[in-house]
Amino acid sequence: MRRRYEIRLTGSGGQGLITAGIILAEAAILDGLNVVQTQSYGPEARGGASKAEVIIASEEIDYPKVTIPDVVLAMTQEACNKYAGALKADGLLIVDSALVAEVPDVPGRIYRVPITALARDRVGKPITANIVALGALTAITRVVSQESLRLAVARRVPRGTERLNDLALSVGIEAVAQER
Amino acid sequence: MMSEARLMQGNEACVEAALAAGLKFFAGYPITPSTEIAEMLAERLPARGGTFIQMEDEISSMAAVIGASLAGVKAMTATSGPGFSLKQENIGFASMAEVPCVVVNVQRGGPSTGLPTSPAQGDLMQSRWGTHGDHPVVVMAPGSVAEVFTVTIQAFNVAEVLRVPVILLMDEVVGHMREKVLLPEASSLTVLDRRGPVEGEEYRPFDYRDGERPLDLPMTKPPLEVDFSGDGLRDVPPLAPFGRGYRFHVTGLVHDARGLPTGDPTLTDRLVRRLIGKVENRRDRLALYVTEAVDDAEVLVVAFGSVGRSALSAVRLARERGIRAGLFRPITVWPFPDQVIRKLTQGARTVIVPEMNMGQMVREVERALAGTTAAVQGYSRVDGELITPTEILAEIEEVA
Repeated sequence: MRRRYEIRLTGSGGQGLITAGIILAEAAILDGLNVVQTQSYGPEARGGASKAEVIIASEEIDYPKVTIPDVVLAMTQEACNKYAGALKADGLLIVDSALVAEVPDVPGRIYRVPITALARDRVGKPITANIVALGALTAITRVVSQESLRLAVARRVPRGTERLNDLALSVGIEAVAQER
Repeated sequence: MMSEARLMQGNEACVEAALAAGLKFFAGYPITPSTEIAEMLAERLPARGGTFIQMEDEISSMAAVIGASLAGVKAMTATSGPGFSLKQENIGFASMAEVPCVVVNVQRGGPSTGLPTSPAQGDLMQSRWGTHGDHPVVVMAPGSVAEVFTVTIQAFNVAEVLRVPVILLMDEVVGHMREKVLLPEASSLTVLDRRGPVEGEEYRPFDYRDGERPLDLPMTKPPLEVDFSGDGLRDVPPLAPFGRGYRFHVTGLVHDARGLPTGDPTLTDRLVRRLIGKVENRRDRLALYVTEAVDDAEVLVVAFGSVGRSALSAVRLARERGIRAGLFRPITVWPFPDQVIRKLTQGARTVIVPEMNMGQMVREVERALAGTTAAVQGYSRVDGELITPTEILAEIEEVA
């Protein structure tokens, strides 16, 4: 069987999930892996459901969309209700516990991380929630190396915000370490 | 030589390739899911001495592209379904006046404004027959980000060499998808330019030498390149850059060798047959395609664009289950590669054509396979979602 690792980042428009997907994909390339990133979003620029998908594999990736995700990140209650159920039997569900109150029964493991609260309180910028989420997600899954992720974040974020986003990454990683 | 591996979007690969092919002029009216092409060219073109214009609508942008091309530069526009409809009149003009240009259509759900952010393949027939009258047009549909780069260069080459509009038919998945790509070095690319007039000779912009048909060549599989070697191009008149010492008449009316309107039946017949022949007589040469496991295939899947990716996955899954399935993915969708598909289906009992429309390519497959024993069946999905491998696999298993 061809090995592919499927990640679905879900929430609403404006939370930076597509950017997070791009950064994760760029980190995978730095690790020498193959990657496809796709997205679906509504016509709105802000608000409305948003979904970014990343497929990472050591071989060629044919079908470019996620079928049964290994990991689902849910950054809103609505996204959690809609996408958590599709998770793989031994998959991982990561929810932003600052925004998702009710977590449905899912087959895999559940991680509750107060992502948006950490971005606001520890980083000082709620807008970095997507980077905090990436820190948490990679600390849990180890799907890409932290070294590559740090480099990918630094390359992609607006100039002058590298240190802030690096802090956001660390906050996300530590939040998971504490949970363990 | 390859550059460093990087993550790139389909629309971005189109921009990189257009610039590598020598694009100097873009006029457009941005529309989802093609917007990134205009966005990136607005930044990149002026920086290298080119021109970017956002026009008041799609009709005028197509007109501006024609004007720029006649002035001697490689020109392109990009749009999606609603804008593609508006461009049709001027695409017809470009066909008739033999103006090289590339028109990108990143398909979204239709009809009308439909589903702006969702993929569809409902413009397949429109890309061939959207403008009125018999006219030549070449349409190419890439299926991956790396392929968008390669095929965009081919689109420019064909447009310039044959003096025809070439439609680059993408879909939302292909345009917006990001993939790891290694772009080839500029020095390794074959970039072709239009032929200009011979100095000292009287210039007749629509004159050509009568004679035998151009020599068609069967296209070999990768590298995905349209090769014009050995083609005398007798039926393609040279194109002089307007305003650089040449003055000639350009019209959408039927015209003579100097470009002046005529109603003469003999000249009319000669013109229309030559225009169509430029493309039809090179059907095999223009056929770019990809195959997988076709040699012993009993069930052949024919799919293009992003659906080709789902079909590839389905064919591989079917093979794992011991089913002799294969894939034919045409990249050149017009002219439709009749001969190639007939050859590939010699051993196939059933041909399945999954597409994100109500059955447009399946009719071409039926036409191409008329008189053979292969049973052709379509599979449609029109809800704005990409067809999955599971759906295609189920179709394969049903007939295996």
